[in-house]
Order: sequence, then structure tokens, then C-alpha cells
Amino acid sequence: MSVMVDIRSVHKSFGSLAVLKGIDLRVRTGEVTVVLGPSGSGKSTLLRTVNHLEKVDRGEISVDGSLMGYRRAGNKLYELPEREVLRQRTRIGFVFQNFHLFGHLTVLDNIVEAPVSALRRPRKEAVASARRLLERVGLGDKADAYPRQLSGGQQQRVAIARALALEPKLLLFDEPTSALDPELVGEVLDVIRDLAAQGTTMIVVTHEIAFAREVADTVVFMDDGRIVEQGPPAEVLDAPRAERTRAFLAKVL
Amino acid sequence: MSSDTLAHVPTAPEIPEPADVPRVVPQRRYGQWAAAVLVLALLALAVDSVLRNKAFQWAVVADCFTSDSVLRGLWLTLWLTAVVMVLGFALGTLLAACRLSANPALRAVSWGYVWLFRSIPILVQLLLWFNIGALYPRVFGVRTVDLLTPVAVAIVGLTLHEAAFAAEVVRAGILSVDRGQIEAAQALGLSRSRRWWRIVLPQAMRSIVPPAGNMLVGTLKGTSIVSVIAVNDLLFSTQLIYHRTYQVIPLLMVATLWYAVVTSLLGLGQTYVEKYYARGTETAR
Repeated sequence: MSVMVDIRSVHKSFGSLAVLKGIDLRVRTGEVTVVLGPSGSGKSTLLRTVNHLEKVDRGEISVDGSLMGYRRAGNKLYELPEREVLRQRTRIGFVFQNFHLFGHLTVLDNIVEAPVSALRRPRKEAVASARRLLERVGLGDKADAYPRQLSGGQQQRVAIARALALEPKLLLFDEPTSALDPELVGEVLDVIRDLAAQGTTMIVVTHEIAFAREVADTVVFMDDGRIVEQGPPAEVLDAPRAERTRAFLAKVL
Repeated sequence: MSSDTLAHVPTAPEIPEPADVPRVVPQRRYGQWAAAVLVLALLALAVDSVLRNKAFQWAVVADCFTSDSVLRGLWLTLWLTAVVMVLGFALGTLLAACRLSANPALRAVSWGYVWLFRSIPILVQLLLWFNIGALYPRVFGVRTVDLLTPVAVAIVGLTLHEAAFAAEVVRAGILSVDRGQIEAAQALGLSRSRRWWRIVLPQAMRSIVPPAGNMLVGTLKGTSIVSVIAVNDLLFSTQLIYHRTYQVIPLLMVATLWYAVVTSLLGLGQTYVEKYYARGTETAR
């Protein structure tokens, strides 16, 4: 199977604080990778480097064969102009912990915005596909609502539809259920589960261990800016080799 | 819904209330009554003194209220306000963008501009621009005094002053927009200009409109200061009349009433603009 995401020795610091200390990770096309780890372990930062919302200090990240944010010439990486980075990002969907829906736009306009303005799709076509996406996440009747009129779970499903509207090759989820009331978590996980079943390539940062066990092809455990161990859920979750993974799982399970 | 349909709504069977449930008796607030009477009496006295004071010469006020020269002055006040607001906010928005940019040189210049023009009283600034010919007698081969007519001085002076305040209003508005909105737009691949015009600015407007409305009213009244450099605005046009007729009070009343009328209309307009930019902000039912 081909490799969708190739992360090679990525380092990243905020000031004097080293957040990523050499990350190597490959995500194969059609697979779901779930990233677990205590807060501050660098998992959200790693996810944000994949679509270049954070620049890396060292190392390189390729998505679908193209180097994110840089152009390589010899042994040097040159930063791409913003226009190019934006074009690369349209192939990657990103779902935020706090949804970040555009509050002044209706649900429909939230979804239509990127296909129309970034991909130059005709509006009519984009609207039709947005309505199909809303049906798919179970919110066909909410097209004309404003985000604040929806529950957190509904907002996150709209955010997923918005990310899907670009027909991305890769979906990134940054703790998609952490800001939700407990009774709303299920409806969002259901949507992500459906996407996984259809073979969407995804990286999901989450604290939902049961969900990881069920959906993940690969579970990655991070601590202190490093990948401690990775493998199928049966190995990492049920028979962890590293002491730190065992300690973490003992606390959250 | 008619009362008929209401009657069909089934109600819970009435449970007889025990006879000894105590009733709440509101406290009597005699002090409130006394205060209301006192205030209304004072107000009546004031209104009475205005209406019966012959020196107001209300007949003259009515006569001059729609006279040609006053209307011409009103027109100048209105368009001067509009031009200053538009140019001031355009420059102010540019200054705010510079202030928030990653470029330290742009940030410093923007900060310096706001510091300088907020520090100079507008009256002093108008007089400086009016006399700028003493510093630069010629610009591009043209005599400065020919270039900077009193009206041009008014536009330049008021705009530069307005922009300094508008910059702060716009900056506050932009800062009020959650950073996550910009990140979401970046993640979706929206271009810089699209992020600014479609995502940030419309949401910033919610915080910008109330202080901007305040500034609009302030600017409308503030334009009266241009009468000191003989620009024929609303106030100056009434002054021209009373210098001739000595009917000082009634003509100042003409100006007062016009300023009040226009200010009230602007306030009304602001309500609608605020409603427009508040869309999507009501929370879940």
C-alpha cells in the first residue's frame, strides 16, 4: 500500500521549549492512525505540522508525495510562498477541537466557502455537494441555521462536513470530541467511524481509548515530544511494551 | 391563535388551594414617588421657562430653519462628515492592519502615527494645516495656499485626526475575533485577502460598529470646528446670519436643532447596522 503521510525526524520548539524531539511516522493510504498521549506530549503540535499550520524547525513532512510547505533543492529546503501552501492544504481536511465554524455564516455557507473560493468550484455545484454532505452527517435540515444555534456535537459534525467539502485525501482530527458534553461524543465518533469504514486516510488525536481500539489500524503513543511506541491496537493498547505506555493506559482506562 | 383554540387546550385539574397560604404584599416605596414628582416638576419648570422666554424668538427659528443659506451649510456639514468618516476609516483600517502585521517597521510607524495625531488637539491641527504655506510655500510648483483651500484643510485635518481614532477602533475589533477563525480559514486554504474580507472583518464589525457610530456622531458635531477657518458649514452659516441681524440665540437654536435631528437619525441607522452584523450571534434555543 502506498504511503500518504511520511514524517521524517521532525523537530519543533516554541522558544526554548522543545515540543517535538525527532518524530518519524508513516501513515499508509486508507489507514486510520490514532495518536494517544498525555497532554503536553506534542500530539496536537505534530498534527498541526502535517498541514503546515505549524512550521517545523528540522525534518520534513510529505503528504501524498509532495513536501509540505517547502521546496527541496539539493540539501536545502526553501519555504514555499503562502499561495502554494494554501493549495497544498486544500488536499488536507482539518477538524479542530473547538470546531472553529465561521459564526457569521450559515451552516451551508460554512461548507461552501472553501470549495468556491479556494477551489473555484461553481457555487451551484458546491451547494449541491454541501447538502449531500450535510445529509451524510445527519444534519440535512440545518443548512440555514447559524453555528451557535446548534449543539456542540452538531457543530462538530458540520465542521467535519466542511473539511470533507474539499474532497481531501487526508483528514486530520485534533481531539474532535474533547470539547463536547459526554452525551454528544457518540454522534461525532459515529461520523468518524463511517469515514474510516469507507477507507478515508485519517490521523486522529484523541483521548477516546475505546474508539482507538475499535477504529485504528495503527495506534501511536507519544510522550514528551517522542513516539514511545506504535503498532496495531491489540499490541499497543492490550500488550504495551513501554513502561510509560502502561502507566498512561492504567490512568485513563 | 384565537381564544377559541386556547379553550380546547386541556389544563391540569384544579387543585383547591388551602385557605391559609400567605399572600405577598409589595413594599411601598414612598421615596421613589417623591423623587419622580420632584424631577418632573423641575423638568416642567425648565420647559416652561424655554417656551415662555421671548428671547428665544421661536418665530425667527422657524423662519431660518429651512432658509437657503442654512440648508447649504447643513449640506456641507453632511458631506464633510461622510467624506471624513470614509477616508478616516479607510486610513484607520490600513493603520490597524499595519499595527497587527508581523513587520516591525510597519508596526512602529502605525503606533507613531496614532500617538502623534491623538496628541494634537484638532483645533491646533486645523490651524497648523491652514498655515502650512508658511513652512512649504510651494508644493510641486503650485502655491500651497491655492492647493489647500479652507475646505481642503478641513478634509485633511479632520481625516488625519479621525484615522488615529478609527485605527484603534478597528484594531480592537480585529483582536475581538477568535484566532481559531483565522486558523480554520488557513486550514481550508482560503487566501489572505479572502480571510480578511470574508472571515475576519465581518466578525470584527460587531465590535467596530458601536464605537464607530459613536465616532460618526462625534465627527458630525466635531465638523462645527471648521467654522474657525471660515468653512461655510451649518454652524458658520448661522453665524453669518446673526453677525448681520444680531439674532444670536435663535440662530444658535437653528444649528442646535439641526445637529440634534441628524444625530437622532444616525442613531436610528446604527440600530439597524448593529442588527445586521449581529446575525448568527443569538445562542441555541
